[in-house]
Amino acid sequence: MAINKENYTRRDFIKNSGMIAGGVVLVSLLNPFKLVFATKKPVGIGKWYGVGIDIEKCIGCGSCARACKIENEVPNEPFFFRNWVEQYTIMNDGQIKVSSPNGGIDGFKQPVPDENIYKTFFVPKMCNHCAKSPCTQVCPVGASFESPEGLALVDQSYCIGCGYCVQACPYGCRYIDPQKGVVDKCTLCYHRLEKGLNPACMMACPTGARIYGDLNDKESALSLFVKENNCAVLKPQLNTGSKLFYNALSQEVH
Amino acid sequence: MPLQVKRLLLAFAVFIAIMLVLKYFLTPDSWREYGAYRGKALTEISGKEAKYVEMETCAECHDTIAGLKTQGLHVSVQCEICHGPGYKHADDPDNNDLEIPRERQFCLRCHTKNMASPQDIIKQIDAVEHNEGEECITCHNPHQPWL
Ligand code: HEC
Ligand code: HEC
Ligand code: HEC
Ligand code: HEC
Repeated sequence: MAINKENYTRRDFIKNSGMIAGGVVLVSLLNPFKLVFATKKPVGIGKWYGVGIDIEKCIGCGSCARACKIENEVPNEPFFFRNWVEQYTIMNDGQIKVSSPNGGIDGFKQPVPDENIYKTFFVPKMCNHCAKSPCTQVCPVGASFESPEGLALVDQSYCIGCGYCVQACPYGCRYIDPQKGVVDKCTLCYHRLEKGLNPACMMACPTGARIYGDLNDKESALSLFVKENNCAVLKPQLNTGSKLFYNALSQEVH
Repeated sequence: MPLQVKRLLLAFAVFIAIMLVLKYFLTPDSWREYGAYRGKALTEISGKEAKYVEMETCAECHDTIAGLKTQGLHVSVQCEICHGPGYKHADDPDNNDLEIPRERQFCLRCHTKNMASPQDIIKQIDAVEHNEGEECITCHNPHQPWL
């Protein structure tokens, strides 16, 4: 479709532009823009896992972080974690302190004297298993993916260790395994789920602060947890479709 | 068709042919079984061994202790939080001893006073003052704290 530049008039230009714009609108009507999921969200079929964390029940013992390290052979040092606990301390003068010594595996000590504290609480953190996960979208080789159950997983034999996903995760939930040189992250203990066991962190929690469940099943523990509590996700403005729901989340938490 | 376009098309055709051949040989067989990834990765990940076997397994052999624990306030504290992962021990208990944490510091991980720990969820004590110098287990049975 060569254009004869010599007698290409303004009228031609407007006509062609109009045609292109109209064509785009027409095509978008035929196939409207949809939300982009990293994998297709199953509707009403299969499992669609999510996690619930009740901040009011967390005692900061770090049993979850320790159990996770042992279960998944996460290197002890340098400090990499698939799940960890943070202690938030908001002081009377408005200053916010966040501490997580060794990810909380050895328990916590409050560094601030009690009379200076306005508010303090523990926040357990782990992979959010986002439905629109930024980390799986950036993988150049298809090693990071979302399973049909909605878990963000890594195919370690395919990973090239480029670290894009480590940077893309807004929650800091991925790391490069120093021994294997490939990315590692929380799998919600996929190997345990398939055997009918609870994920290690949820088994280890002495107060039941962590639960997981099937979001498609409206009677599952998690669905009821989300229904009965005022839950929030971390960084909702990033539109990651996070499936980690916190009860009693303070706005100071990032 | 001008000559240079013909040559270009030929070059494209050769490249595409090479790509198709490479794709045929290099794509793993379970690729795109569920999505743009190796479907076999799922079975590889789920095939890993579970290290924590959970309380029901321990109860098969240690039923008195398990029964004791179920009646006390430590009912929600899994055996393996204190004794470590039991997959080897459950298979061969004589050659794989589990750890037994007798020191104060261990209990204090959960029970030390900290304003961030909710008081109604866990009873907390002053780490230094509460019966200083004695092991917790001389007075509290770890499997049923008030025995
Ligand atoms: C197959 C039966 C069996 C199962 C299952 C089992 N145990 Fe044992 N356990 C034993 C036997 C037998 C001994 C004594 C062995 C010895 O003294 O070396 C023992 C000893 C122990 C001891 C004391 C070790 C020592 O050094 O004195 C602990 C603690 C223990 N078991 C915890 C557990 C826990 C926790 C579990 C669950 C993960 C578990 N056991 C599952 C059979 C079992
Ligand atoms: C709060 C931590 C804790 C939990 C939970 C716990 N134990 Fe223990 N266990 C201990 C400690 C501490 C000792 C050492 C007691 C002593 O020396 O008097 C011990 C000792 C034992 C022993 C050997 C001592 C004996 O009496 O011969 C066995 C066996 C045992 N535990 C099994 C279990 C089993 C099975 C469970 C789960 C039902 C369990 N424990 C849960 C802390 C715990
Ligand atoms: C993994 C965390 C954890 C560890 C470790 C732990 N406990 Fe507990 N303990 C709990 C929980 C949860 C309860 C039940 C909630 C409550 O009432 O405090 C409890 C209850 C108790 C109580 C009863 C408090 C009451 O309500 O009257 C005592 C006493 C106690 N534990 C002593 C110990 C001793 C001694 C050890 C060390 C052998 C220990 N605990 C280790 C979590 C733990
Ligand atoms: C000399 C025996 C003795 C020792 C050692 C001991 N306790 Fe106690 N503990 C008691 C008695 C008695 C009570 C009940 C009276 C009280 O609250 O002081 C108690 C109460 C508790 C309570 C419940 C507190 C409450 O507010 O109801 C906890 C939790 C506890 N102990 C944990 C521990 C831990 C953890 C250790 C080890 C660091 C430990 N105890 C060591 C005798 C002991």
